[in-house]
Amino acid sequence: MRIKIANGLVIDPANNIEAKQDIYISEGRIAAIGRQPEGFSLDETIDASGCHVIPGIVDLRARLREPGQENKGTIASESRAAAASGITTVCVPPDTTPVIDTTSVVELIHQRANEAGFAKIVTLGALTAGLKGEQLSEMALLKKFGNCVGVSNALEPVSNNLVMRRAMEYAASCDMTIFLHAEDKGLAAGGCAHEGAISTRLGLPGIPEAAETNAIARDLLLIEQTGVRAHFCHISSARAVQMIARAQYDGLPVTADVAAHYLHLTEMDIGFFNSNCHVRPPLRTQRDREALISALATDNLTAICSDHEPHDADAKLAPFSETEPGISALETLLPLALRLTDELSLSDVINRLTAQPAKILGIDAGTLSLGEAADICIYDPEASWIMDSSKMISAGKNSPFEGWELKGKVQHTLLNGKVVYSAK
Amino acid sequence: MKSHDIQLDSNGKLQHFLTIEGLKKQMLVDILDYAENFSSLGNRQAKKVPLLRGKTIANLFFEPSTRTRTTFELAAKRLSADVLNININTSATTKGESLLDMLHNLEAMQVDMFVVRHNSSGAAHFIAQHVAPHISVINAGDGRHAHPTQAMLDMFTIRRYKQDFTGLRVAIVGDIMHSRVARSQIHALNTLGVPEIRVIGPQTIIPCEAAHLGVHVYHDMHLGLQGVDVIIMLRLQRERMQGALLPSEHEYFHMYGLTEEKLKMAKADAIVMHPGPINRGVEIESSVADGPQSVILEQVTHGISVRMAVMAMALGRMSVAESNGEQD
Repeated sequence: MRIKIANGLVIDPANNIEAKQDIYISEGRIAAIGRQPEGFSLDETIDASGCHVIPGIVDLRARLREPGQENKGTIASESRAAAASGITTVCVPPDTTPVIDTTSVVELIHQRANEAGFAKIVTLGALTAGLKGEQLSEMALLKKFGNCVGVSNALEPVSNNLVMRRAMEYAASCDMTIFLHAEDKGLAAGGCAHEGAISTRLGLPGIPEAAETNAIARDLLLIEQTGVRAHFCHISSARAVQMIARAQYDGLPVTADVAAHYLHLTEMDIGFFNSNCHVRPPLRTQRDREALISALATDNLTAICSDHEPHDADAKLAPFSETEPGISALETLLPLALRLTDELSLSDVINRLTAQPAKILGIDAGTLSLGEAADICIYDPEASWIMDSSKMISAGKNSPFEGWELKGKVQHTLLNGKVVYSAK
Repeated sequence: MKSHDIQLDSNGKLQHFLTIEGLKKQMLVDILDYAENFSSLGNRQAKKVPLLRGKTIANLFFEPSTRTRTTFELAAKRLSADVLNININTSATTKGESLLDMLHNLEAMQVDMFVVRHNSSGAAHFIAQHVAPHISVINAGDGRHAHPTQAMLDMFTIRRYKQDFTGLRVAIVGDIMHSRVARSQIHALNTLGVPEIRVIGPQTIIPCEAAHLGVHVYHDMHLGLQGVDVIIMLRLQRERMQGALLPSEHEYFHMYGLTEEKLKMAKADAIVMHPGPINRGVEIESSVADGPQSVILEQVTHGISVRMAVMAMALGRMSVAESNGEQD
């Protein structure tokens, strides 16, 4: 199959390309950009007039809910939603049921992903067996036979400092990146909203900023001592950004990401107990939100991810504190990121959705380099649409962006040169 | 989800009573005035009025309560409504779905009003958002969030003694952090124009952004009580002694218990209030609780008239609408 993507504005930050060019695809790979290679006969032309053509989005963190919580979503349903959102690679955290602490779970996930055929899935292995924070997982085997791109204890904090130190040392020996959810268990206990004006007003048990910063402080000290390559997931506070920026300045091998909703929402959006704004870590203040956006501009945060957590309707149908945290976020990732073009250049935004997350994961993706797999997202930057959760493709309809007017609509998604999604 | 104030119907009348926050001053004054009409009823031989005859009110209590449930029940009966008391073991309904299922079942039995107490903040809002549009929901306490009828009966009591709110200094003493009563009182006092509200307690039981609520924080009770007109003592839950919030009841009483000696810091005609039930010797000395400045028992009496007023306003509104549409 030989495809030409014609007349689009190609944005490929890794190769410093932002120009109107044609892309030629052959046998699932990028064959040429610009001029048609000699003797290249076309089977199909995709007209991308008025559209941006970017590398397929690499989503650093999305829960597909399979195996274990198929009532909330399946690999088929969620990877289909990913394709419709221009996402071609999804990184899955290990908190499935069973946990990704054996290669057989990884095999199952890859098999289901291949059957569905909508997106590539990479996995993080569990840092500790069963995510219990006690015994190290078989990291080396997970890497060697499961192709896990890193290790993580998902949302389960490792409270025991000694276990964390050993886990970091072992991950460093395996040359694996450790993905950290910074949350001090004791300080966050029972909380469901940022400890601040809104939690005070609504009487919701709070999660203080110190729950995040205290954990980051501990982790940074251990990272410094062990030399492990570390990535902090979904940073939520200004103070945390400051600490990470300082560590980066000091030369620690530390990266961090932010989920798109923290760039657009604050605790105020909880309003009168909107459970779709119940998310972990919690939405914080306007000051925190501003700091997160600034940190993207200064490169202290290098990736924007969806942090997709689809839920069944019942999970959100309860008084606020009794609902499950999380946002169904695949389908809003690109348009929410595109709203940042006042603060970042378009190329910088795309970079943080594609090449940068691929770099954090250490995988070949997120670029349109010659010879690379033709994973491509073509979107219309001017198309605006009203977010209607009932029309979401994901099995999870839990979006706090209901009713928002969003700009940027995916027209085509290609995976290995094959069209896996086309808008009508 | 409705984006306008869910408590009001399309005519701006009170449909649900979930929180004081966001209600106009005039609406609070209306509730107090209406309650005045009912307060003389208790002394009459026949204590009933037929305002809500034929209406069914369900008391849904997901948390144990004697006083609040009883006064709601009495209030409903004095308005001639039929009352269902449903005490729910929360462990049996931890899932929101079963909570909704239960509500829909009660709706099917043609209940007109739910009076709800629940241990999660936001529960009353959640229920109001999901019930059929003709049903009214009264919040009888949700988690740490709100207890608006308690706050209104306190306002009623204050007005009885002090007439005008706009020259008062009010101190609320104790566990503000976990108190739905305090949150509702603070909103009510601010809305009614009280110029100075103080909260008194150690930092562990004062919410971090208390100033946002429009109060001054005092950690020293002697300073905090100086020159106040009204002292509201909060009940200290025994379980707060765990989890490193407070060292002991003994120390708490020494620092924040209302004694005759501390009471002298307030104005000579200051009144002492407490939402009950009282922990004698923990937050208040018996001689103060039973003393001449205490109005604690009157609060209970006023609770009935205030709850009658709120129920009649929320359901009376409905009967006007219904009578327009029906033959009789």
